[in-house]
Amino acid sequence: MSTSNFTRRGVLKSGAVAGAGVALPTIFTASSAAAYMNEPTGSTVTLGFNVPQTGAYADEGADELRAYELAVEHLNGGGDAGMMNTFSSKALKGNGILGKKVEFVTGDTQTKSDAARASAKSMIEKDGAVMITGGSSSGVAIAVQGLCQEAGVIFMAGLTHSNDTTGKDKKANGFRHFFNGYMSAAALAPVLEKLYGKDRNAYHLTADYTWGWTQEESIAAATEAMGWNTVNKVRTPLASTDFSSYIAPVLNSGADVLVLNHYGGNMVNSLTNAVQFGLRDKMVNGKQFEIVVPLYSRLMAKGAGENVKGIHGSTNWHWSLTDEGSKAFVKSFGTKYGFPPSQAAHTVYCQTMLYADAAERAGTFNPCGIAEALEGFEFDGLGNGKTLYRAEDHQCFKDVLVVRGKENPTSEFDLLEVVEVTPTAQVTYAPDHPMFAGGALGTCNAG
Amino acid sequence: MLGLNKKDTTLFWIVAAMSLLAPFILNPFPEGSSLAQMFNAGYPDLMQRFVIFGILVIGFNILFGLTGYLSFGHAAFLGIGSYSAVWMFKLVGMNVIPAILLAMIVSGVFALLIGYVSLRRSGIYFSILTLAIAQMCYNLAYSVLGNPASSYNLTNGETGLQLSLDDARIFGESVTADGALPVTNFFGLAMRSSYKMDVGGWLFTFNAGYYFSAIIMLISFYVSIRIFRSPFGMMLRAVKSNQQRMNYTGLNTRPYILAAFVISGIYAGLAGGLLSSMDPLAGAERMHWTASGEIVIMAILGGVGTLVGPVIGAGFNEYFKNILSKINDSVLHDWLAFMPDGIENLMVGFLHYFVGKGWHLTLGIMFMLVIIFLPGGLVEGGQRIAKKFGRKKKSDETSTTPAE
Repeated sequence: MSTSNFTRRGVLKSGAVAGAGVALPTIFTASSAAAYMNEPTGSTVTLGFNVPQTGAYADEGADELRAYELAVEHLNGGGDAGMMNTFSSKALKGNGILGKKVEFVTGDTQTKSDAARASAKSMIEKDGAVMITGGSSSGVAIAVQGLCQEAGVIFMAGLTHSNDTTGKDKKANGFRHFFNGYMSAAALAPVLEKLYGKDRNAYHLTADYTWGWTQEESIAAATEAMGWNTVNKVRTPLASTDFSSYIAPVLNSGADVLVLNHYGGNMVNSLTNAVQFGLRDKMVNGKQFEIVVPLYSRLMAKGAGENVKGIHGSTNWHWSLTDEGSKAFVKSFGTKYGFPPSQAAHTVYCQTMLYADAAERAGTFNPCGIAEALEGFEFDGLGNGKTLYRAEDHQCFKDVLVVRGKENPTSEFDLLEVVEVTPTAQVTYAPDHPMFAGGALGTCNAG
Repeated sequence: MLGLNKKDTTLFWIVAAMSLLAPFILNPFPEGSSLAQMFNAGYPDLMQRFVIFGILVIGFNILFGLTGYLSFGHAAFLGIGSYSAVWMFKLVGMNVIPAILLAMIVSGVFALLIGYVSLRRSGIYFSILTLAIAQMCYNLAYSVLGNPASSYNLTNGETGLQLSLDDARIFGESVTADGALPVTNFFGLAMRSSYKMDVGGWLFTFNAGYYFSAIIMLISFYVSIRIFRSPFGMMLRAVKSNQQRMNYTGLNTRPYILAAFVISGIYAGLAGGLLSSMDPLAGAERMHWTASGEIVIMAILGGVGTLVGPVIGAGFNEYFKNILSKINDSVLHDWLAFMPDGIENLMVGFLHYFVGKGWHLTLGIMFMLVIIFLPGGLVEGGQRIAKKFGRKKKSDETSTTPAE
């Protein structure tokens, strides 16, 4: 069957293809003229909002997207300017960023790191996004942060609570406004000690990925330090929707506190299962059985309904705060959408503002310039009081709220009440703390 | 030429030309236009996916198209290949060649083991066995072997295995001079380096990684043509037609099927290795059973048992997945702006369910339409069009005839 016929046309065709093949490597050596990755040259600048629209964290993603759209509107001079009025830095003028109108593209991370990276890549390579932000899962946030570091764009992390995001997986191009597992534990432990005493047996149910692991580690360390005993730590897959098979063993374990290291849809389902099994009405070791949800949000409280009453946890921000920044943000978000924002919405709105402000102060969109402007930046008026963007690990340090599910909610949004505002000093740790050690920022990459 | 008959040679050159000129073909709209924003696909990541998934489905087609054994766990080999390649980048160095070789070897070994077990059964039982084994691999990667606290952290679980600054990389640098992670390269040619060409309003991107993958895809394609036309391929087709009769004539068919299974596993491992070479991160989702299902869908969409079908199916699936999931409500409003307000809002409200996060729905409808009206896949559609307009050909001569 092997026919080898060298016709004129055949030789010409193969010659052309071979020639093209030989010529290819030489043209790769030409480098692009831009000074850095995706330098905006026209009258607009594109930001990439990469949030989960499907999966366990879809509710948080939808709220993040609302806040991003609001932030873009405010940056371009629309609406009532929200927290731009209360922000301590006055560099932003409501004419876009550096005079360029802000545009955005959106993508679906599907709460999967592979899909999130593909979506972020398409934003960087196709849409020319100069900054990527978002992520409602630490696994995704870490994966996308790594990608942005390699590609040479800034990553402003959204809702990511794992210690690793600014710990062992920290990157020079990545910045986090949200708090983390260690801070939750540091804020929560004294409150738990006051409420439930020093002699308790804790049982952990943990979402099986970086966030769950580091939060479990942080909470276990903090509670053990005050005398609690950790009975068991059980890992549950992130995609689970039914936790009854994980709850049943808790009943016979001798534990009297259940710590749910779950978030979003996971927590709604596991808490509902736990309440259905009657855990909250049980008496174990002569003590009332208690449930703790270290990371709490209003969206979760809404999803879990009645079940959250009296359950303690920590949160980054809550809409009932009465400082000027929070009030301004709640007002403009409420005017636009008809309900108050969640902590996820708040943190991504702040991140967008902080990025825009840093670009404005640095006078460039160059990631290295922006990183320099953000490192060690102290600001106020964004809802959490005085805040510091620490240069060593690109983590924000601010007050942490300990909250409780409200017994008598006055409206469908009034589900959590703030029990205590833990001051910054109590949740601050050294950059080389063992829970955060093992990684390095590296140097900023401008592509 | 190269041992191919005339028809196959033409087909090979068409595929070669298409893949080498892909940056032009996939960017039909000028940069900055609203159509470009949505429909242009000529950016490196998506082009790389086209050819890499093309390789994966070409390999799958050697098993499914020729022998008719439907493996429902092929994504496991893709994942195994990805993890092997990333480990090579972590331990040895950033050259892609050793990574891809290890990916092929490891997935080949796994395919041999899995094939040896699951090929004891055929038909639906074989499919279920492969599905079960692949899900076991997924769960191992996701949680058992992925816990950083344990000493067997091979996969890093949900976060995915990625490079870090303190990796060994014995034949390379752990950290570049300016403190960044080194990039994957082919003897110095960085996979992510691209050359951008401005022609009028158009912007064409030529990416090193894409051309590297495209050339490997062409080699894989060539090997697959040779397998299709070889006595070995004939034996596999005979298995598909009537395995029982083969057994009665005294032929032991299992070694042939096992060989086909291993070959297609190695193809999948190669694809996984390439995916990691383009973007050095391997996630467990790649091994999930939905990913395996997607491979089957791509193969059927393009045309099972045909030569180019897999490449077309993979491209079609990846393209629409990407395009549909990026359309959001504001884009729809832009498109339908010519309609009266009330109708526009109604249409947007309706179409909302088919784009963005609803992309599965649209792709599902397309899949159903193809299966109902073109049982031979998109290739059959092409053949029908060619029959209508072109000169008449004897169908048994066309290189795209289904295997049966």
